Amino acid sequence: MPPDLLDFEEPIGVLLKEIEALSMLPRTGERQLSLDTLKRRVDSIRSDIYSKLTPWQRVLVARHQNRPTVLDYVDHLCTEFTEISGDRRYADDHAIVTGFARYKGEPVLIVGHHKGGGGDTKQKVYRNFGYAKPEGYRKALRAMKLAEKFRRPVLAFIDTPAAYPGMESEERGISEAIALNLREMAALDVPIVVCVHGEGGSGGALGIAIGDWILMHEFAIYSVIPPEGCAAILWRDSARKVEAADALKITAPDLLRLGVIDEIVPEPPGGAHTNHNVAAALFDTALERALAAVSAMDSPTRLEARYRKFRAMGNIGIDGL
Amino acid sequence: MAWFKKARKPSKSSALAEAPSRVPEGLWVKCPDCAQVLYNKDLESNLHVCPKCAHHFRISASDRLRALFDGGQWTEYFANLTSNDPLHFKDTKLYKDRLRSTINTTGLKDAVLIATGRLDGIEIVVAAMEYSFIGGSMGVVVGEKITRAVEMALARRQPLLIVSCSGGARMMEGALSLMQMAKISAALARLDRARLPYISILTDPTTGGVTASFAMLGDLNLAEPKALIGFAGPRVIEQTIRQKLPEGFQRSEFLVDHGMVDLIVDRRSMKSLLSSTLRFMGAESSPGEPPVVQTTDAVEVET
Ligand SMILES: [Zn+2]
Repeated sequence: MPPDLLDFEEPIGVLLKEIEALSMLPRTGERQLSLDTLKRRVDSIRSDIYSKLTPWQRVLVARHQNRPTVLDYVDHLCTEFTEISGDRRYADDHAIVTGFARYKGEPVLIVGHHKGGGGDTKQKVYRNFGYAKPEGYRKALRAMKLAEKFRRPVLAFIDTPAAYPGMESEERGISEAIALNLREMAALDVPIVVCVHGEGGSGGALGIAIGDWILMHEFAIYSVIPPEGCAAILWRDSARKVEAADALKITAPDLLRLGVIDEIVPEPPGGAHTNHNVAAALFDTALERALAAVSAMDSPTRLEARYRKFRAMGNIGIDGL
Repeated sequence: MAWFKKARKPSKSSALAEAPSRVPEGLWVKCPDCAQVLYNKDLESNLHVCPKCAHHFRISASDRLRALFDGGQWTEYFANLTSNDPLHFKDTKLYKDRLRSTINTTGLKDAVLIATGRLDGIEIVVAAMEYSFIGGSMGVVVGEKITRAVEMALARRQPLLIVSCSGGARMMEGALSLMQMAKISAALARLDRARLPYISILTDPTTGGVTASFAMLGDLNLAEPKALIGFAGPRVIEQTIRQKLPEGFQRSEFLVDHGMVDLIVDRRSMKSLLSSTLRFMGAESSPGEPPVVQTTDAVEVET
């Protein structure tokens, strides 16, 4: 099976092999017809599979190694990207990218996790697989304060398995770094559009995910704990991750219903990783509209609306309000 | 600490009821640190701190309030909020059943008490977390109640105290639990901008999403001695680095050393320290007698 395919895409793999074999033979009219038929079948099977993905399958798609990264989206949708680095305290964390850019010609601040997706192992190690450390969250806050100072909107891209759970994270205060971002982003006086486009891993995701409008990609996930971790704790068996993924309600439709996100960004059939161009174009439509809407509000109105949005989260789960 | 049984009568919202917060299993308890056998009554009158080695036993939220408020008197708020199991969560058992049995055994409806009263004459708002309620985990009810406590402090222009004792976000309420970190922190931003004091007290244990939100955001972060305080749990970190963690890692003293906590405070001197630091922050004693709490029932106040 081609390496980019996930296990549950096996029916596609079989057809792709046939297509490959057929394309090696000399072209004839008849063969071309068969090829076209096969390709149409691939599209239809793919659409079919992706129309009924289970939550665990969505986890695999959200973690796909070719899923577009923050920098892929910046490449497709922005100009004049200038990366800025470092938290001015300790280090530069490559698991979170920050920089100035122009979107539709207007200046914006980009902040986003980067797992090193699409790259080789060296790239992934360089990005620490998207596991950010305290300095990453502090760099993000420093960058966002610049955005506030110069009155530029913030676009936050969320894609991380979790904050880095290592000794140095604790030593340098990962909790404080995330906590401060939550508090300061709630009050940051510029428009913030957040997009959970890959893996929204717990507090490590939330640490740069407070904003006025929360977009989430169709096959992305957003969770309080990885399904494997949840299964290990509650079932005492990490192999029960499939059930945990189901129970945790981590899919975009679930989170829209629960009021955690505001809008779902459609993906190309077969997921964003199969076609970055189409994925970026679909995202562009949602992003442009969201940014225009939140930018049109005056500051006090926008900050009050942001407060009300997060203030209301979870109330759906309370009796006796 | 199974021998230190957490059995307790259904909660009374005020110590005026004179009911002990726990019914001790036996007359004697053994200190896990120094092995001294202690008379339970003595331990209680010492705020559950071992008189010999100063080991801090974990205490209930109502014992905490009793230790902080003048005359052990307070008024509880928002006691009726309960989780409706928004995810219909099921692991090896139904979350609904887990909730019901926890409510029955603790006499509480969720893992935090919100109360107002006086601390050395200063009117304050306190949120105290209850570990015996599903590990003190933060779900939607804890998030809403603490947010209301912050908003109440803001509306009354009173200092806020949050005593954390929690394993973090409550998995059984999924991303809704995660969002409580954001919700409470947003309210704290307003309290901060209003220049009102917020003191965070971290007790054993304070981990996960609770640490990574309100527990680390105090104007002062105070910790009880030797409390486990961290983001990732020690076992998760050990799996990441594939080695044992050094002794004392993620304990209060470690956090002070690394600049994350201001001070370690013995429970027996906590109240006087709070009084003096709150006065530094501009708080003053209220004149006159505190209002008499008429009943032990919770008074619901919308803020
Ligand atoms: Zn002792």
